[in-house]
Amino acid sequence: MSGISAQPVEGMNTQQSVMGESANLSTEQYLTFFLDGEEYGVNILSVQEIRGWEQPTQLPNSPPYVKGVVNLRGTIVPITDLRERFGLVKKEYGPVTVVIVLTFIDEESNEKVVGIIVDAVSDVYDIMPENVKPSPGIDQKLEEAFIKGLVNIDERMLILLDINKLLKNDTCIDDLVDD
Amino acid sequence: MTVDLTQFHDVFFEESFEGLEIMESGLLNLSAGCDDVESINDIFRAAHSIKGGAGTFGFNKVSEFTHDLETLLDQMRDGRSPVTDESVELLLLSVDCLKDMLKALVDKSEIDYGAASALTGKFKNLLKRNNQHSIAVPVNEAPKVTKTNLNSKWIIEFKPHAHVLQTGNEPYRIIRELNTLGEIDVVVDLSDLHPYAEIEPTECHLSWTITLSGFGLSREKIDEIFEWVADESDITICEEIRASSEYVENNQMAFESDLHKLPPGSVNESLPALNDQVETAAESKVTELKKSDSKKSISQRTESKSIRVSIDKVDSLINMVGEMVITQSMLCALSKNFSVEKLEILVSGLAELEASTRELQENVMSLRMIPISFAFNRFPRLVRDLNSQLGKKVVLELKGTQTELDKTVMEKLSDPLTHLVRNSMDHGMETSEERIASGKPENGHVELNAFYESGSVVIQVRDDGAGLNVEKIRAKAIKSNLMDENDVYSDEEIQNFIFRPGFSTAEKLSDVSGRGVGLDVVTQNIKALKGTLDVKSIAGEGSVFTIRLPLTLAILDGQLLQIGNGVYIVPLVSIIESLQIDENNINRVAGGGSVYRLRDENITIAQLDGLFGYKGCSLNLHKKMMIVVESNGKKVGLVVDELLSQQQVVIKSLETNYGYVDGISGATILGDGTVALICDIHVLVDRALTNCQQHQGGVYECKSERVA
Repeated sequence: MSGISAQPVEGMNTQQSVMGESANLSTEQYLTFFLDGEEYGVNILSVQEIRGWEQPTQLPNSPPYVKGVVNLRGTIVPITDLRERFGLVKKEYGPVTVVIVLTFIDEESNEKVVGIIVDAVSDVYDIMPENVKPSPGIDQKLEEAFIKGLVNIDERMLILLDINKLLKNDTCIDDLVDD
Repeated sequence: MTVDLTQFHDVFFEESFEGLEIMESGLLNLSAGCDDVESINDIFRAAHSIKGGAGTFGFNKVSEFTHDLETLLDQMRDGRSPVTDESVELLLLSVDCLKDMLKALVDKSEIDYGAASALTGKFKNLLKRNNQHSIAVPVNEAPKVTKTNLNSKWIIEFKPHAHVLQTGNEPYRIIRELNTLGEIDVVVDLSDLHPYAEIEPTECHLSWTITLSGFGLSREKIDEIFEWVADESDITICEEIRASSEYVENNQMAFESDLHKLPPGSVNESLPALNDQVETAAESKVTELKKSDSKKSISQRTESKSIRVSIDKVDSLINMVGEMVITQSMLCALSKNFSVEKLEILVSGLAELEASTRELQENVMSLRMIPISFAFNRFPRLVRDLNSQLGKKVVLELKGTQTELDKTVMEKLSDPLTHLVRNSMDHGMETSEERIASGKPENGHVELNAFYESGSVVIQVRDDGAGLNVEKIRAKAIKSNLMDENDVYSDEEIQNFIFRPGFSTAEKLSDVSGRGVGLDVVTQNIKALKGTLDVKSIAGEGSVFTIRLPLTLAILDGQLLQIGNGVYIVPLVSIIESLQIDENNINRVAGGGSVYRLRDENITIAQLDGLFGYKGCSLNLHKKMMIVVESNGKKVGLVVDELLSQQQVVIKSLETNYGYVDGISGATILGDGTVALICDIHVLVDRALTNCQQHQGGVYECKSERVA
């Protein structure tokens, strides 16, 4: 039995070391998406799948940006509207609205699955870690909460999001966007 | 061929822990002077299989320790050693010690040998004393007996089959074991040994003639040693009586000697050959052990991961799966050549499939159910220890031990229950003198009871102690600012203050309880299991703590409700009735709340969407339905748009990916793939009534008037 229980841990270790190598030797891959005209990126390793919009079941007593929960092959997954989360103008959901399903590890090292609603998916970029620049100081609260850094690619600027921070804070930081 | 013994370790540990439980409950039944041979036998058998298993897996410290314990038990069994409080206490302590040792082995942490060797010393002392008391009684392990003629000599021919090593048995271990009984003289027979080039290291071609002499030897003792290999070898044992004292003098030495220190001569010849065989077998084990060592930081076990299931349950599952397979192949055949005429067959086939699926689901759930005795069985010991610690005389009674409960619930129940029992014994129970003075029987009485009541399991801890002192609690509550001096609370409400954090009325702290961190933790634990805890107490007569728990955390009979666009589920067990709202029965109370006249009662009406904090819920109650739900004896009418079907739903946690949602106990997936939320009636009823008290203070008065 100990053999079996040890396996996933070993598996995880190897995965981490692969990630570490790619960080040292070459690049990290980011999936980017549009949100109110800006382009944001999340580490592609945390992306589980990309789905179309479907009406979720509303959750009572929850922050307004949590749109509800959907059934993802038997798993109950909460759906967050990132526009509302970031305090941007709301937009009607339509056929091009996309839900990105992300996985992250919480404080108790349980894997959690969460969906975020974005305007549209853009591209996948290879990004050298040294090209990621710290945010020049826009809103400290927001930055500490979920911005990993900024990257310039050609004429555009990408905002890289720290998924773990963003989603961990999901249920506790409520008033961030009010400022 | 090597056998990976580590794969059996988990089974060994599990069985050993079960064995220890048997020993513990057996020992608790043994009172001084009682010589119930059957229960001593049970204890002995449990100890013996732990010893045997530990020996097989190379946990030598455990098997050595168990050996001493077994010796005492053996004497008790034969009536050679009296059953005294002292010996029972010692045996109980050693059960604890064994438990610790095994736990350390499970966690692969350091074993505390100090406790074990201290106990071994006590065993030796006790055995020695017993021996001095009864001179005529021969004791095989008493090292100081020197002059006695009662020694006997046995000649044992031991011829293991060639494959004996492959079954995990080692002749060396047998001989070493014999050596502990007395002096041995071993002659090895090498005649069957193959030439060196043809030696197969996993086969044993040696046989031995062993002459064993010692005190109090009996056929049973020798048989016991060969028990593990009896099927894999030819053994003849015969006794040769001889009263010679020369063996006696050597006895002491023989005790300490190992195989290597055996009397010189024939045995030395056999040693290299034997060692070869032993080493090959041992080597493979050492590598196994090293492997498992390297894993030790990774593997962490907390709760046991397996359950024992009766073969009947498994058989009925297999039957049901068989039926499903038949129905499924029938449907499959039907679909290949389908026409409208066959529609009826299709419908009946689907109905059959549904029936067997449901039956299968119910049966699979029952696999998780285990009798509550698993949680109750630790209490006789606890009460016994507390009795001696607190100097009280409390008798424990267990009732309803066959009540079945979900295993996950059970595991989380032990701690709260332990706390409640401790609490009853320390705070609740008076001392014997006080009891006699107040005209009660000298022995206190604590009862643990479990039974089913309307879809939940109820567990009660009842004592006939002093009961809760309402005045004292009231004073303490005022002191800790939990209530105001002028507040009016019922006795029951005041008694429930003891579940608040940091609340303790104990005058002094004791080891057992009184720090006030206890009961609120119990409340938290029970709440986490979706249960409730309350107390009823009459001063001078005792208290009853009642825990109510859902039968299982995984499945639920639910009523589907339509509210607005959403579908919600309410557990069927909380619904008392549902009715069409008749607007003539609605009375609006000042402040905006409403009550509904239902026969003789007035029931608070609540809008479910309002309770969920949705804005703009409709206040129009025309042609709507109402379900009357109950929680903790309080009733509330919930207004819903429509009643849908009733069905069993599988509970999925929202906390896995999201977090706790107030008023919602979980979610489920409906037939069309959408998610429906399950209402937490306890929370909703509380919420409805607090809203009510804040905004419409008149409701309660109005209710009591009408009832009166």
